[in-house]
Amino acid sequence: MEAFTAHTGRAVPLRRSNVDTDQIIPAVWLKQVSRTGFEKGLFSAWREDPDFVLNQPAYQGASILVSGPDFGTGSSREHAVWALQQYGFRVVIAARFGDIFRNNSTKMGLLPVVLPAETVEALQSAVEADPALEVTVDLGERRVRWGAESAGFEIDDYTRWRLMEGLDDIGLTLRNADDVTAYENGRQPWLPTTV
Amino acid sequence: MGRTLAEKVWEQHVVRRAEGEPDLLYIDLHLIHEVTSPQAFDGLRMAGRTVRRPDLTIATEDHNVPTLLGPITDPVSKTQVETLRKNCAEFGVRLHPMGDAGQGVVHIIGPQFGLTQPGMTIVCGDSHTSTHGAFGGIAFGIGTSEVEHVLATQTLPAYRPKTMAIEVSGELPPGVTAKDLILAIIAKIGTGGGQGYIVEYRGEAIRKLSMEGRMTICNMSIEAGARAGMIAPDETTFAYLQGRPHAPTGEQWDAAVEYWKSLVTDSDAVFDTVVEIDASTLTPFVTWGTNPGQGAPLGTAVPAPEETNDPAAARRALEYMGLTPGTPLREVEVDTVFVGSCTNGRLEDLRAAAEVLRGRSVVTRTLIVPGSMLVKLQAEQEGLHEVFKAAGAEWREAGCSMCLGMNPDTLAPGERSASTSNRNFEGRQGKGGRTHLVSPAVAAATAVTGKLTAPADLA
Ligand code: SF4
Repeated sequence: MEAFTAHTGRAVPLRRSNVDTDQIIPAVWLKQVSRTGFEKGLFSAWREDPDFVLNQPAYQGASILVSGPDFGTGSSREHAVWALQQYGFRVVIAARFGDIFRNNSTKMGLLPVVLPAETVEALQSAVEADPALEVTVDLGERRVRWGAESAGFEIDDYTRWRLMEGLDDIGLTLRNADDVTAYENGRQPWLPTTV
Repeated sequence: MGRTLAEKVWEQHVVRRAEGEPDLLYIDLHLIHEVTSPQAFDGLRMAGRTVRRPDLTIATEDHNVPTLLGPITDPVSKTQVETLRKNCAEFGVRLHPMGDAGQGVVHIIGPQFGLTQPGMTIVCGDSHTSTHGAFGGIAFGIGTSEVEHVLATQTLPAYRPKTMAIEVSGELPPGVTAKDLILAIIAKIGTGGGQGYIVEYRGEAIRKLSMEGRMTICNMSIEAGARAGMIAPDETTFAYLQGRPHAPTGEQWDAAVEYWKSLVTDSDAVFDTVVEIDASTLTPFVTWGTNPGQGAPLGTAVPAPEETNDPAAARRALEYMGLTPGTPLREVEVDTVFVGSCTNGRLEDLRAAAEVLRGRSVVTRTLIVPGSMLVKLQAEQEGLHEVFKAAGAEWREAGCSMCLGMNPDTLAPGERSASTSNRNFEGRQGKGGRTHLVSPAVAAATAVTGKLTAPADLA
């Protein structure tokens, strides 16, 4: 995983609530067995509309998505995270996220930033007024900055540390393999096996 | 202070707890399917890792499989299924492939084999893993990185969610089902209402539900945003489990039941949030919008956006759905009816649909898709397939089918369905398709009239 400390880029406002993962990447794109090539599927149904915000020239190259509340609800598909990253996003900002999506994001190094709904709207308006506006998301300081404005966000220490170090979760867990073995030795005898 | 059911099950599975870190949780059962696993197996291979506990892992083919007999014709779907077979063979994981008597939708086969038991932790790269919580365990959906983590370590790092009680008092009136209840709950608390919570469904109406009904309820917990849903085990749970292939037997059974009986929320335990709902006031419930929280009683009309809690979203949804505010829901015309999915693809669901269709004919394209090969077999032993065929419905092979349209079963753009599945998202059942979520009984009655209909409306 690529480490995330701070990122500065342009933002794109997505003024929709309940952006479910079926919209982020429709099911037909899930048939691939590789981890690449998902950028083409990102919001593919919505992108057919020339007016859709991602199609507007002013927002090309933006790397921060600023969405309405309940972003990433629904299906567990991590493909949604891959699609966003491969399209070029490093950060998604919203007032609320689907739990599984938020988990998947932090495993992959896509930073989900929770800000109050009014702050998200203020940021969306600022970006709409000036699409070239630079937005900085500073994970070290837990703060988003744009123009003269800034807003703090919360993220737990452990996830922040893991993201800033770019650490692989599996490697971390395997350091505690002895604990796992000890636990396994005490499991209840009636628990089923699949064999 | 006492503990909730969720806290008891969670604590039982903590492998390691350290200040400032998420708990490391042991996973008792890992379910796998073809869509969310290929990249996880790839990751293992690249890191030279193995599957730690293939004996706690089971795989099935469900999302891509055609429900008409014959091979997969879509080359991309075929590759995905073949990749799963190759991975299971290489890593020693038990697989139920297409055509196998044990094949079916991942959340149907776990309970059916007796692999899903009270007090367990169960995960799957699929958000509807919450289904298994109906047996009193903690079951939740995970992403592909986490699938890889569980394959490699049989554990997951996780923070314990908050707890929510949904207290359902009273009794469901005749003709009102578990599906109507969960749709009403989601409409009440919203698609984000459960975010960050494990929900425990409690109360008289829940106790009276069958295991099938409880699974329908827990299945849709994720549609309210909840991490998991659970119901305390009781005699209904034990009766369902006894004698299933992987259920304990003899002395182990007795020991297990004794432990399972302790899996209830203590009377002095405190939930972080409590929601109350009276089941006796409910009527058949349907969705009108493009998320499962946009629903209303069938006897009402398509709402005006301003009447809803998110007018902008409602306006967009009504435009997508091609609906005008004020239209009675009973007048909404439907082209296709789908009975199936991990929400409502079990035997009891098929019985409910057959009861309505017996001696009647359908006027819409009607797909009846059993949730597993075993459900199909049992339905055929009861002659349900004859009822469906006589009514003009299509009787299919087991799989996810039109729940998400990864196989050939899809809606055409603008087509409208009444579906017993769990998601009415834009394009979920096919690009441009319009979905109304309903119970199996309402689905069957709708197939008879071509408009959203409850069985009680039929002469
Ligand atoms: S039936 Fe639908 S919701 Fe259930 S596992 Fe299959 S695709 Fe997912």
